[in-house]
Amino acid sequence: MTESTANATLFEQLGGEAAVNAAVDIFYRKVLADYRINRFFDGVDMDTQAAKQKAFLTMAFGGPANYSGKDMRDGHAKFVKMGLDNSHFDAVVENLAATLTELGVSQELIGQVAAIAETTRTDVLGK
Amino acid sequence: MTRIKFNEQTFETENNETILHTLLRNNVQVPYGCKAGVCQSCLMRSLDNAPPSASQVGLKDTQQKQNYFLSCICQPENDMTVVLPNAESVWLEAEVIEKIELSSNVVFLKLKSKEPLAFFAGQFVNLRRNDGVIRSYSIANTPNGEHELEFHIRILPNGQFSRWVADELEVGMSLSFSHAQGNCHYVEGQAEQLLLLIGTGTGLAPLYGIIRDALSHKHQGEIHLFHGSRDESGLYLEEKLTALTQKHPNFHYIPCLSGADVSGKYTLGRANQIALEKFPKLNGWRVYLCGQPEMVLHSKRAAYLQGASLKEIYADAFAS
Repeated sequence: MTESTANATLFEQLGGEAAVNAAVDIFYRKVLADYRINRFFDGVDMDTQAAKQKAFLTMAFGGPANYSGKDMRDGHAKFVKMGLDNSHFDAVVENLAATLTELGVSQELIGQVAAIAETTRTDVLGK
Repeated sequence: MTRIKFNEQTFETENNETILHTLLRNNVQVPYGCKAGVCQSCLMRSLDNAPPSASQVGLKDTQQKQNYFLSCICQPENDMTVVLPNAESVWLEAEVIEKIELSSNVVFLKLKSKEPLAFFAGQFVNLRRNDGVIRSYSIANTPNGEHELEFHIRILPNGQFSRWVADELEVGMSLSFSHAQGNCHYVEGQAEQLLLLIGTGTGLAPLYGIIRDALSHKHQGEIHLFHGSRDESGLYLEEKLTALTQKHPNFHYIPCLSGADVSGKYTLGRANQIALEKFPKLNGWRVYLCGQPEMVLHSKRAAYLQGASLKEIYADAFAS
């Protein structure tokens, strides 16, 4: 590893906002096509939803975000009522990892992204 | 330092400050979320000077062209008058100059505005009757400098507004209307792009405007229009659209019937299903969807899953 990459943040190493834009299109398509979780997205406005996916990816990539645990909790409360549980959370993380693999991101960085996503689990599931 | 006008008040920005920050600093409450240009909660529009393009990152190109921007990342370079999306509630006056029956339940209505007006083909306006009843209708024509607006009004059996249009509205009468709104319109600059347009019922109106706009800008890519109706009388622009295909070889018109086909010359089935089966790979396409909300919602998802980028899918869902 060169010095410059050693000092770069995770967000920079992943390619910043351009990387988020590339990832969101692939990621959201995977999520909508995934029979395990796509029922949670029935009837939602896709543009609004894509913007939320982008906010989520920005955060998971270690980028600028101002989302609090309360936002996550409130935003997912209705899905918890619909039965959202650990298996669905795992499926989303799996789709995230698959997206990054498709974009040629190293396993090490994917591990870091997954670790950030993991920090939202209890809020998302309302635990 | 620049001056920002919002709701009749003027505020001065401080060094490198964003518009959102200026407003919040002055205790003006506006919606916002991430403050990082991501969630688009703080979307605003400039009514005069164009915003810096850096504040339009991630917006649809139709929104960029209409000077929409994200206030949380907008460091203004010029003075601007800004509004929240769809906050413009100014009413303009127009006179009815033509009214024709297009089919047993569709009326063609042409209005002439008393003031100059700006719009893109495919946008919609709200029409308001004198007693305050308001309905949204898509514009079916392209801007021609005559300040005219054309509509295809579907007459619903118990429609408070549409029945009035059919039975009482006459040439010479006046009507108020709002500024044009909506992102479902043609944008110049990608003349080779493939266009897929799917409309049901009078969802054809905005598509007809968009197609003529594209052709008048010499669009070179193939343009495929699927128009769906239950019965033959609903294919109310067949003659004009067929004539257009003869004039423009890159324009294709596929009328679809979901009910019985008495004459045997139409494609049978739902327009959206036929279109999306015919073109399973939509990577790089631009897709326009107008009509029944359920058809629009379903087709939007399907088009996206078939490869179209969300930014290239334009939809107007109306219960008309």
